[in-house]
Amino acid sequence: MARKRTTTRIVVSTVSAWVVGFIFFFPILWMILTSFKTELDAFSIPPKFLFFHWTTENYATVQERSNYVHHALNSVILAGGSTLIALLIAVPAAYAMAFSPTKRTRGTLMWMLSTKMMPPVGVLVPIYLLFRDFNLLDSRIGLIAVLCLGNLPIVIWMLFTYFKEIPKDILEAARMDGATIGKEMVYILMPMAVPGIASTLLLNVILAWNEAFWTLNLTTSTAAPLTVFIASYSSPEGLFWAKLSAASTLAIAPILIIGWFSQKQLVRGLTFGAVK
Amino acid sequence: MGSIQLQDVRKSFGNIDVIPGASLKIEDGEFVVFVGPSGCGKSTLLRLIAGLEDVTGGHILIDGVDVVDTPPAKRGLSMVFQSYALYPHMSVRGNIAFGLKMARMPKAEIDRKVNEAAGVLNLTSYLERKPRELSGGQRQRVAIGRAIVREPKAFLFDEPLSNLDAALRVNMRLEIARLQKELGTTAVYVTHDQVEAMTMADRIVVLHAGRIEQFGSPLELYERPANLFVAGFIGSPRMNFVEGPDAERLGARTIGVRPEHITVSRSGDGWKGMVSVAEHLGSDTFLYVEVPGIGTLTVRTPGELGLREGDTAVLTPDPARIHRFDANGQAIAS
Repeated sequence: MARKRTTTRIVVSTVSAWVVGFIFFFPILWMILTSFKTELDAFSIPPKFLFFHWTTENYATVQERSNYVHHALNSVILAGGSTLIALLIAVPAAYAMAFSPTKRTRGTLMWMLSTKMMPPVGVLVPIYLLFRDFNLLDSRIGLIAVLCLGNLPIVIWMLFTYFKEIPKDILEAARMDGATIGKEMVYILMPMAVPGIASTLLLNVILAWNEAFWTLNLTTSTAAPLTVFIASYSSPEGLFWAKLSAASTLAIAPILIIGWFSQKQLVRGLTFGAVK
Repeated sequence: MGSIQLQDVRKSFGNIDVIPGASLKIEDGEFVVFVGPSGCGKSTLLRLIAGLEDVTGGHILIDGVDVVDTPPAKRGLSMVFQSYALYPHMSVRGNIAFGLKMARMPKAEIDRKVNEAAGVLNLTSYLERKPRELSGGQRQRVAIGRAIVREPKAFLFDEPLSNLDAALRVNMRLEIARLQKELGTTAVYVTHDQVEAMTMADRIVVLHAGRIEQFGSPLELYERPANLFVAGFIGSPRMNFVEGPDAERLGARTIGVRPEHITVSRSGDGWKGMVSVAEHLGSDTFLYVEVPGIGTLTVRTPGELGLREGDTAVLTPDPARIHRFDANGQAIAS
């Protein structure tokens, strides 16, 4: 049903969209503002919004106290590595389920998703013990494996919905043209699914980047990504709000920039298949 | 070379037997059409030959070699799909060349063959375009180009013309038939349109509920249908079927007469009835005549006859053209 687009309606919806957007964005804005405050201003009640003594000393201290580049690099390796491996496993899996479905395909997909419903802390002890016995604690490889497995259900689901939209005829045509399954995926399926694969990749990178439970529990320094870097500022000696904010701002900056430039892909990826 | 032989090929999906057992032999260079109502298994049979579906039982021989366990890529057949199934991210050139690239043909050779195929199909000026920039007819020609360029053992066509408008369909029909004759490549063509079947085929396979009802030349099917189903399916308008004393007199359960084999007069001997509808096509007139005790009979008469709705008509079937069927619906040899 087409609704009438009156001026009032446009104004009202625009204003409410901005309000909602601002509410969502406010914590991030507040964090960024706090990172430029002195520790004293960061605490003050009533809170100071814009009129405080602006300083960059927090960033200097953070740089001094810990190695941002080391953690950032770990984040890149963990997010990138787990995403690539997940993709390598998920493309054939989603291909099989999308194009040769059986009676149990739906069930398999639901089962995969159900693993995401379990709180990760439920398997912390067994995984921790496995990591200890296999010498994987504080190693990038171990963490890549855990992050990859954790996000695999989502990656498979997203690719599955994308692949479902690709007409089977086209893949069959490629098969008749002499393409093996591998070539069919590389030359036909992947190029046709590029938008889908790109947004899946992006979402998975963000999820892996933000993952804090496993990274905090399974690493200390060598493999520690930015989440650990942030957490190190909430220490027993007390909370350093301003420094914590500075560290957090530094940690989310890369992903925020990537997200900003690829928001179109991201929205399309998340709502794909929702509306036919 | 490209002979295709089916030996008791069976296919079931779960508990449903789609093809309960089909055997036939398609000779090299022959144009064979699978025709039948929708859901009769004709597309499934084609996909079994292509290898896109696995057989449940039986053998498929291409040039005498059993290919049941050979993947579609290795069977040396090419297929034209109803939806054209062009690769949307590739240019026309890329689409036609894809099969050759997969066969690792040298680039110069690929270019030569693609240009040649494009020339034959009037696609030369569209080679760099993407499929979405083409009309339906052009897309269909690209799909055909993709099929011929590989010089396959046989072409498989799965209702290739059903997405085209009527005028284009007739043109493409002629073009495909001409191309097939020129190349001399075996072709298997699936359609539900009996006009396509009759005009294009060397031989027609009539399928019904997964069974091969008859396999023969178009005229054989028209003149000597093997059973009631084929008799009713081939020919337009449909054959008239008459049961009761008229049939028993000829030693049959049912007799069939085609509308064009009935003479109409205003008086005399024969089935007497009332014209309920008269369709005037100019070249022909179709009369639907209500005959008491028999039902509606269709009559096709050349030109204009001057009979109108409500007039009385006397129908005389040509005795030499009456088809007789027994209680099982099988034709009785005369």
